[in-house]
Amino acid sequence: MPLLHEIGFVLNGSPIRLSVPVTMTVLEMLRGPLNLTGTKYGCGEGECGACTVLVDGLSLNACILLAVECDGREITSIEGLAADPAAAGLRRAFVEAGAVQCGFCTPGMVVQGKYLLDTRTGTDRAAIARGLEGNLCRCTGYRKVVDAIERAMGSTEGAGGD
Amino acid sequence: MTEKHEPVASLIGQRIPKQDAPEKVNGRARYVHDINLPGQLVGKILRSGRLHARILAIDVSAARALPGVHAVITAADVPTQTIGVTRDNPPLKGDKVRCERDEIAAVAAETEELADAALALIKVEYEDLPLLLDAAVAREAEAPLIHDDKPGNIALQFDYEHGDVVKGEAESDVVIEDRFGLHYVTHACMGVSGVIADFDDITGNLTLYSNTQVPFLHKREFAEVLELDPNRIRIIQPTIGGGFGSKLDIYPFEPICVYLARAAGRPVKLVFSRAEEFLASPTRQPARVLLRSGCRDDGRLTFRKVDMLLDNGGYTSWGATTPMVMMQTFSSLYRVPHCLYHSTAAYTNNPYAGSFRGYGNLQATFAVEAHMDKLADAIGMDPLEFRLLNAQEAGEVSGQGMHFRSCGFKDCLRTAADRSDYLARRQQNIEQRSTGPVQRGVGMASMLHVGGGAKIYPSDGCGTILKLDDFGHVTILTGASEIGQGSETVLSQLVCEELGLPLTSVTVVNNDTDITPWDVGVHASRTTFIAGNAAVGAARLAKEKILKAAAAATGQPMQELDLRGGGIVQRQDGSTLMTLDKLLRSMHFQDKADLVITSYYYEPPSVHQDDQHKGDVSAAYAWACQVVEVEVDSDTGVVRLLKCTAAHDVGRVINRLGIEGQIEGGIVMGQGYALSEDLAIRDGHCLNPGFRDYKLITAPEVPELDLSFIETMDGEGPRGAKGVGEAPAICVAAAVANAIENATGVRIYQLPFTPENVYRALRAAAHDPPV
Repeated sequence: MPLLHEIGFVLNGSPIRLSVPVTMTVLEMLRGPLNLTGTKYGCGEGECGACTVLVDGLSLNACILLAVECDGREITSIEGLAADPAAAGLRRAFVEAGAVQCGFCTPGMVVQGKYLLDTRTGTDRAAIARGLEGNLCRCTGYRKVVDAIERAMGSTEGAGGD
Repeated sequence: MTEKHEPVASLIGQRIPKQDAPEKVNGRARYVHDINLPGQLVGKILRSGRLHARILAIDVSAARALPGVHAVITAADVPTQTIGVTRDNPPLKGDKVRCERDEIAAVAAETEELADAALALIKVEYEDLPLLLDAAVAREAEAPLIHDDKPGNIALQFDYEHGDVVKGEAESDVVIEDRFGLHYVTHACMGVSGVIADFDDITGNLTLYSNTQVPFLHKREFAEVLELDPNRIRIIQPTIGGGFGSKLDIYPFEPICVYLARAAGRPVKLVFSRAEEFLASPTRQPARVLLRSGCRDDGRLTFRKVDMLLDNGGYTSWGATTPMVMMQTFSSLYRVPHCLYHSTAAYTNNPYAGSFRGYGNLQATFAVEAHMDKLADAIGMDPLEFRLLNAQEAGEVSGQGMHFRSCGFKDCLRTAADRSDYLARRQQNIEQRSTGPVQRGVGMASMLHVGGGAKIYPSDGCGTILKLDDFGHVTILTGASEIGQGSETVLSQLVCEELGLPLTSVTVVNNDTDITPWDVGVHASRTTFIAGNAAVGAARLAKEKILKAAAAATGQPMQELDLRGGGIVQRQDGSTLMTLDKLLRSMHFQDKADLVITSYYYEPPSVHQDDQHKGDVSAAYAWACQVVEVEVDSDTGVVRLLKCTAAHDVGRVINRLGIEGQIEGGIVMGQGYALSEDLAIRDGHCLNPGFRDYKLITAPEVPELDLSFIETMDGEGPRGAKGVGEAPAICVAAAVANAIENATGVRIYQLPFTPENVYRALRAAAHDPPV
């Protein structure tokens, strides 16, 4: 058995203490002991973005981030955004814009969308598309994902609320 | 009872959000990866890594002895049944290895780490055999055999003919002949392959949590390969993370998982890693095409002669059958009086191909549409006029026997050309060639594909059961599988339109063989058309039953009643007579209770191809024309797709949001096929089993898209609709090839148009310019 290490962090607003193997990734921790399966395994090497989570407000690939690196930090997964009224507008925009087909990339896209909304690095379509470069989608052709984030940005001025 | 319902706005053609989108955006949708059963073990497969070898011995004793390992199986432990289109693929290989991915043994263990450790303890002794890595070499007389019972290494061959190509060639003013090469790509579904097998230890019944696109066909095939009574197999499809044709065949991991569960006496979940997904999934069928075509000076096509060689890989899956679709494009996309087609799929030690959105049509269209441009050039006619002159029209029957009852092909051609300013830009680009390293080009390509199912199996039908409850809520039980394409939303629209109900009054159940009626599967762009007609049929039966009861309850003649806005209304003035839920309750709670439950099975009026591959195999056909604009940098070989103007004959738009999503996604998939995706199979091995080196198109690379829907209102389609799922991916690569030629004057015959390939082709052309 690999060495265990106790860590403490805030997950979706709630404090968590947990012993994890030092080799465990955040993706494995979320999907395994924490039973939060909204964050997806798509590639395991940080290329597809299906596992995107927010760590202290930064969007990161949970599959190449060790759980022990999150000691003392704040993690937001799709389950956190699903319960967050401030992200309701973004979620609704994904539904209404037709940004969802098979849906496997969708949680990562929504989390990345929240990051783009929060950081406002650019609000035009080209900037949104650049912001989604690390999130692969095989179904939609991305246009409607960009539509969704553009819509959320336009309607909510950052808060993403109703 | 004085409230009036004006004819409610139709649901057809509206922008309707996908019904399962809310649970998907919340991360609540449960894919097979997200399901865990009590006592579940982890299944893993040991693959050969070798290409062609005899298996001399497999020693699993150390793996079996490892604590926490509950099953270790090899071919010696399982039935000898084989899988695949020609049943040439044993799920576990006992005597011989034929390609890199070959499954040698499998384990079920408490954890992934233990499963990996067990695999590492399995010792296999091989004796390497001579390799066959080229389909042409595999056909040579002295080539070793991949399968002892397949002389000449022939997996499958197809021959088709109409007219007399010798006569056609004699009547030609221009004849051209070229070789085209189509490469390996793979589906790369975002959700990797996976399955859970769960036996009930008392009844022996098997529940499979499977991503299959064809649950009812699989139920029968699983029964065969597992030597199980089909009555004991239930297939449940969790939410599926992408299909695109990849889940149309049984692949070895599925029976292997069941064997493991049976051996371990516990549920087993077997999920691929991404690398395994690349190594052990089907590919799109690679092909070499020799195409000879002719026309007269007046622009009429005279003949087409096709010889194709397909690399079959080690085993036969659906890829080897794609000629059935390819030949349709050669014979029937345009009026060709004489056509001769031959294809051979030859066994090699390379990966094997399955079905993939477009089913051979991307490959065939790539060749045909290059020749349409070249022939037009040769007789000095513009490519649009040349295509219009030879385009099929409504009412025609093609040489292959396909009857085009609705056909918007010419509208597609004109619309795409007009909206992209194709002719003017094409001329302008030719005039501005060689003014610098970066050139612009426009290219046009068209396609024909089945749009009303495809009669391949004994039935091409789908069943629907409709149930209305006491509150007027309707449940649609459909055989049609949902893999992300939006069928559940389209079926809901069609049913609600018939019954005058809002979309909030409907639930779709579509993922359990114990509950839903039979369907042949989600393939061939058939679901909107076939399952749609089945749903409409069931809804019309329900409506008739309701209106009959309403007539009895109100004393009004049935033909003067209608269903609107959740109520029974006067057909003429829309005034509400009673609410639907009240009527339903009165039908239910009476002495002779009468529930509104109907069922309907729709079988399209199509026929099987005869032994000469002729016949009207689909109840409708889809058409499209796409014009692309590219920028080619001859210094770097980089080709950028700037714009795609697409005009699709879709029959009728049912869900505008959904159909846009299908077409946008399909075009971008076609863009990947043309420009970036390249499964690098070198000496039989896959060199790029990951997203770092297998390049899917990303968001910033998506071109400007201009979509037009040509609504031809197909007479057989539900509310006039035809299938569209595969169409948008089909002509992109062909159009890009024509655009690169327009930009640079150089025609490239080999896909993909990656920077290196384009750079090399342009340099070669510059050193040896065409006369």
